[in-house]
Amino acid sequence: MADEQAENEGRAEAPPERREPPQPSGEHPIARMLLIGAIASAIGVGMVLFIDWFPPAASSGAQSVDTLYGVTLGIAVPIFVLVMTVAIYSVVRFRARPGDTRDGAPVHGSARLEVVWVAIPFLIVSALAAYSWIVLDNLEARSPRALQVDVRGQQFAWTFQYPQRGGPPVRSEQLVLPVGRQADFTVQASDVIHSFWVPAFRIKQDAVPGIKTETRTTPTRVGTFDVVCAELCGAGHATMRQTVRVVPQPEFDRWLASRRGAAAGAS
Amino acid sequence: MTIAAKLTAPGWYRALLALLIGLAVAIGLVTGIRALSGADPVFDGTAITTAALIVVPLAFLVGIGCFDYWFRWASGAPTVPEDHSGHGADSWRDYFRVNTDHKVIGIQYIVTTFFFFILGGLMAMLIRMELIAPGRQLVDPNTYNGLFSVHASLMIFLFIIPVFAGIANYVIPLMIGAPDMAFPRLNALSFWLLPVAGVLMLASFFAPGGAFATGWTAYAPLSTELPEGQTFFTIAVQFAGASSIATALNFLVTIITMRAPGMTFFRMPLLVWANFTTSLLVVIATPFIAGSQFMILLDRALGADFFNPGSSGDVVMYQHIFWFYSHPAVYIMMLPGFGIVSEVITANARKPIFGYRMMAFSLLAIVVLGFTVWAHHMFVSGMQSWLRIPMMITTMLIAVPTGIKIFSWLATLWRGVIHLRTPMLFALGFITMFTLGGISGVMLAMVPVVIHVSDTYFVVAHIHYVLFGGSVFTIFAGIYHWFPKMTGRMYDETLGRVHFWLSFVFFNLTFGPMHLVGVDGMPRRVADYATQFATLNAIISISAFLFGLSFLLFLYNMIASWRFGPRADANPWRAKTLEWQVSSPPPRFNFDEVPTVVGGPYEYGVPGAVHGVFKEKSKAVPVAASAGMRGE
Repeated sequence: MADEQAENEGRAEAPPERREPPQPSGEHPIARMLLIGAIASAIGVGMVLFIDWFPPAASSGAQSVDTLYGVTLGIAVPIFVLVMTVAIYSVVRFRARPGDTRDGAPVHGSARLEVVWVAIPFLIVSALAAYSWIVLDNLEARSPRALQVDVRGQQFAWTFQYPQRGGPPVRSEQLVLPVGRQADFTVQASDVIHSFWVPAFRIKQDAVPGIKTETRTTPTRVGTFDVVCAELCGAGHATMRQTVRVVPQPEFDRWLASRRGAAAGAS
Repeated sequence: MTIAAKLTAPGWYRALLALLIGLAVAIGLVTGIRALSGADPVFDGTAITTAALIVVPLAFLVGIGCFDYWFRWASGAPTVPEDHSGHGADSWRDYFRVNTDHKVIGIQYIVTTFFFFILGGLMAMLIRMELIAPGRQLVDPNTYNGLFSVHASLMIFLFIIPVFAGIANYVIPLMIGAPDMAFPRLNALSFWLLPVAGVLMLASFFAPGGAFATGWTAYAPLSTELPEGQTFFTIAVQFAGASSIATALNFLVTIITMRAPGMTFFRMPLLVWANFTTSLLVVIATPFIAGSQFMILLDRALGADFFNPGSSGDVVMYQHIFWFYSHPAVYIMMLPGFGIVSEVITANARKPIFGYRMMAFSLLAIVVLGFTVWAHHMFVSGMQSWLRIPMMITTMLIAVPTGIKIFSWLATLWRGVIHLRTPMLFALGFITMFTLGGISGVMLAMVPVVIHVSDTYFVVAHIHYVLFGGSVFTIFAGIYHWFPKMTGRMYDETLGRVHFWLSFVFFNLTFGPMHLVGVDGMPRRVADYATQFATLNAIISISAFLFGLSFLLFLYNMIASWRFGPRADANPWRAKTLEWQVSSPPPRFNFDEVPTVVGGPYEYGVPGAVHGVFKEKSKAVPVAASAGMRGE
């Protein structure tokens, strides 16, 4: 212990070997990193925008969600590239040689730099938060002539009801919606929590026993899309997948009338 | 030793006996009460299981000897206040008894938690086996739900949270120049609560109806309706939570009261800061998950109807209580890793941490902000919809203090002299992977995006980038970094580097594609999936198996090096903090001479600067002992 202490003090008193100033290597290191970073960011942004991330966009809100996602990636990629560039560049340039016992530059901080990297992330997330808020408000805007649909989750299937003025509601195992008209969903659960998710519409809402929740969307594409349960609801959760059929309004009216007739005939 | 002596002395014989007595008490108590109150049937398996799950582990803890000193003290029997007989380890057997030495407890923690890490990892392999193709491969859906639930619970409650407590247990007293933790006996109890929690979670596989199958989140009312296995989770969380809270209190008192002379708060190494702030989070937040699980238990056992919508219970309330703990828990699982990375980077770049004070303040900022963001887990849960925007903003703001840390580490690298040893590789891997996890974290705050991707594989990808690429990489960095100090031997550097590169590559190949399947529409927690996701899932599964295999290199390196590695110097990394100024492994009471701290912890390259000096010649232990005697 005593030897060690002497060794410590000895080491402390000896002037530590200092790093010689970095060799000028043609270009300024920051400028070179900026160039590398800009090229890598351009490639990265190109790649993430090239990827087809989303299922088909079949609602009025889907496109704005996808754009928000794309814009965020466009900001995220340069940030990631910045971190990678500085890390890799530092490792390559400042790597110790074998047997190297020097210390690095005794820099403790820089108030100016620290203000910069507090302020810039703050501005970025503030802008993204404001943008998200606007998108959310548009997603959830109500239309006066919306179609009311009651969605009910139970282990392990969805059922859909269309309330009818002056008559019993029309029940269906398949969700059928008219294109171009807002659907206003009231979501309920009979047993445990489920989650009503239509990936093509980019909407999801938990079905919670004991309360009614709501979500709304305007389908913009005719076709058949998945309805998926997204909240673990028991052993059959994985198989709780159904479909939604989006059809033109006249076809929807015919379908509804036939279901109404069938229900009346049955009762 | 006679049989009678073995059965009365603290240890495994008495623990087994106590276990049997505990079981008998549970059966007797429940059956007796049911008989007296005229319940039918008198013998009720469910009620007995619930009672036994509480009584038997407590009896085991009494038997193994966690409470002996306190019982003697409470009953007025003679006790020895400075009894150090429970200190130190002379053979491997000493690791299997109640030991009050923080270094022994640290090793106990780390080895135990890695044991559960391996089991949790094997479950992940089974999960990926089931998901390698659509349709059923291996297990039925109920078993599958059990597998991912136990996997997550072990990884969170039995690995990441406690392994950090284990590393800190070993390192923190050394770093602050203390002979031990403030409450060594409480420290021992904290450790022994852990294997109890882990065994309960594993035992749930043998419960009628299978293991708990509600995910680690245990959302009501699914968790109040599923069979007995769920009770195992509910009670196991109490034991793990109690362990966590007791350790956090111990760290707080140790760090506040036992720092070496001259070690002001702003001379503390950042790992000490990290554990100080983590402990603040634990003592405030962890009682909430304990509460939520007690309410589930009361709902299940006594029909309390906290979360029963049919009897004016509230389903969404569970999620608020649960996430009020479980979001801060994310920082409980990350802040200690921030501390480790700071230590590793400064020592291997041979430069002072850039912006030390901001690094400390950003930890405090995360603690405060961390309590204001929980409802971002609930954007589609049916809670008050106005809550979404404020919770989105606070969540996104956490990117600011986190960004401070990332940029400060990068600035620490700049103009350093970088030694690319294994811990440094893991620290650098952490910085890059955690940046990705942070970016997807910001996306998971943006309400319109979350509505689409919540409860999908995008979330699975995010949490593994944060908890594996983040936390577990820092755990590996910390284990490699302090391995010489803990074992007195060096690990194999080449194997360590290969382990890093395999982990880094297969980690990304496993969890990277999960972002894609998630956004494309694959929900999480499913045993089966639509055929459109088949290709990517096959790639993920194969990468996961190779990722799992890469861990064997680490295991071999640790075991072989611990046994046969070359002897380590006191300070192989030439680091400045106090733990490196004592021998490897350190003396039984850490410091033969009390260190005096005269400067900051990371003064690399500063001429003449030292962190601690050993001037006092009086021994650390007698000082503490005589102080204790005066107290009597």
